[in-house]
Amino acid sequence: MSENEVGKEILRLEHISKVYGRNKKEAAELAHKGLKKDEIKQKTGATLALHDINLSINQGEVFVIIGLSGSGKSTLVRFINKLHEPSTGKILYEGKDILTLSKKDMIAFRRDKVSMVFQHFGLMSHRNVIDNVAYGLEVRGIEKEIRYAKAREMLHLVGLGDIEEQTIDSCSGGMKQRIGLARALASDSEVLLMDEPFSALDPLVRKEMQFELLTIQRRLKKTIVFITHDMDEAFKLGDRVAILREGRLVQVSTPQFMITNPADDYVRTFIESADKTKVVSVSQIMQTPTCVVRLTDGSTRALTQMRLNGVSSAYVVNQQMKLQGIVTAKDALDASASKKLVADFMLQDVPTVEIDAIIADILPIAVSAPYPMAVVEDGILRGIVTKASVISTML
Amino acid sequence: MDWFFNFPFKSEWDPESIDRVIKQFSINNKVFFDGIKAGLNGMISTLYNILSWVPWWGYLILVFVLGYLIKRSWRTAALFSGMLSLVGFFGLWDLMLITLSIVLTSVFLSLLIGFPVGIFMSFSDRANQVLRPVLDTMQTMPVFVYLIPAVMFFGLGKAPAVLATTIYAVVPIIRLTNLGIRQVDEEVVEAARAFGSTRMQTMVKVQIPQAKATIMTGINQTLMMAMAMVVTSSMIGASGLGMEVLISVNRIEMGRGFVSGMAVVIVAIILDRLTQSVVKEKEKSL
Repeated sequence: MSENEVGKEILRLEHISKVYGRNKKEAAELAHKGLKKDEIKQKTGATLALHDINLSINQGEVFVIIGLSGSGKSTLVRFINKLHEPSTGKILYEGKDILTLSKKDMIAFRRDKVSMVFQHFGLMSHRNVIDNVAYGLEVRGIEKEIRYAKAREMLHLVGLGDIEEQTIDSCSGGMKQRIGLARALASDSEVLLMDEPFSALDPLVRKEMQFELLTIQRRLKKTIVFITHDMDEAFKLGDRVAILREGRLVQVSTPQFMITNPADDYVRTFIESADKTKVVSVSQIMQTPTCVVRLTDGSTRALTQMRLNGVSSAYVVNQQMKLQGIVTAKDALDASASKKLVADFMLQDVPTVEIDAIIADILPIAVSAPYPMAVVEDGILRGIVTKASVISTML
Repeated sequence: MDWFFNFPFKSEWDPESIDRVIKQFSINNKVFFDGIKAGLNGMISTLYNILSWVPWWGYLILVFVLGYLIKRSWRTAALFSGMLSLVGFFGLWDLMLITLSIVLTSVFLSLLIGFPVGIFMSFSDRANQVLRPVLDTMQTMPVFVYLIPAVMFFGLGKAPAVLATTIYAVVPIIRLTNLGIRQVDEEVVEAARAFGSTRMQTMVKVQIPQAKATIMTGINQTLMMAMAMVVTSSMIGASGLGMEVLISVNRIEMGRGFVSGMAVVIVAIILDRLTQSVVKEKEKSL
């Protein structure tokens, strides 16, 4: 999931626009001048669905496109396998413009390179489960035994066992979308287009499916273009997130960057709808540890440090900056008479959190910790997180 | 003030000119029309031969078995074959077979023409726009009007009857095939395309199977329309149960009319129930 696993660019959208209705040219000109959808509709009668979209999607990343209904996100994703065609612009797959492909090449492209998962599953009710999963292989003309074997493998991968012979109607929503996912994976295509795949599921099943998708993604490293209107989902799944508003891109960045640097008020309100504790990581809110003492320091030095920094506890580290424990002002005062070293009276039971943990995960510790939590990376002290900073991410 | 109450513009044009054109057309293309007529008569008599090769009890058993298989009820099955045996009781068995051969030939032709046309209309909006008023006309035109050109081109007999019946009965199968395919969930069609189906694969593997229930309804409707033409087409010499009804009307023989009319009803009901249950069965499994 981390960015360093992401490979080179695989998909590139250049100046993609889509206008419905008459006066397309006029509408495009007005769009360039920055007029809004409604104004263009009023002046020309044309509906501007998308305007000048430029995106670069890398191999192996989960790229989330988020927007409200009517923002053009479902149309946009359908350009990538040419279910819809943009009015202008190019879509480059590994450098080749797919919009100029011949009919035959386009069919080959859909068979080998991209597959799709649909909001309402798009399953064929006249076929049983396995024939649905094997559909993509069937139209390629692959033999029954081979495609069934592949389909079975995919069904197991998505956590469905022996339901091959069942009818689609007998499956629950969650099962149906697993079947949809299995069908998409069966083609072994590089790019997976997912058009609001979990929106039709109830919240619990949705969470389960999100987890399932992440697990599968870790194994298969597909390039996923994921469409959603749910900010939580976008931040949870996306390596990068693009926000679409009325046919225009507002911001494209990693979730973490977007939270700390929203491009405008629209993005800000959008983000506010999300649960930030699930996105913000400890590294983003931690402070540099100022009050640090060594094992070999005396109690007087510890007290001085605390006084200088205006705090009531100090972290204890060894020569390699590895966290050893904590000393409190009270213990240091008690020990000052006996001239003990820090190592003798420090508390070793310190609340610590990993540097890449997200806030939601550390909440239970944060609530009960009597001191600021120490942030560690491989045992080395990197920073401290106070209760106040944790709480502020939730507001 | 005469123009106020009576429509003042009258064309000097004579509808008989159409007659002359058509007459001339049929004379000029006599070989062509005779060929079609011979082909139709061949189909009808082949079908009749097959139908009359099956003994009477074969039909009773067939209806009983089908009735049970489809309705899952011994009583319905017995009712169907009991009703059918009434036709034999009245001495109308052979006439029924003649009627069936005409009706089934018409249905066969209707499906042969209507199914592809319906498919064509489903993916061409232009064809849909052009053909819809044509279909409306075909369905609302008084059926007797079809009889006249049919007679002009093919003379009297079963061949023109089949033709007139086909024109009338082809409409529902076209309409419902078109409708059924258009009604298929768009996402399902998109899915088929997204996985690299050719247009043909999308049609055969997805759209037609998904539209099956509606198409079956179309077949049922076509069958019923063809049955409705039985008496009308007897006016141009199609023998069978319809002819019996027509004769008894002309002679005001009430009993004979009632009996042959009932036979038509019985055949229609059995055909309808059997095909309709197939539709419902399909809908349930979908």
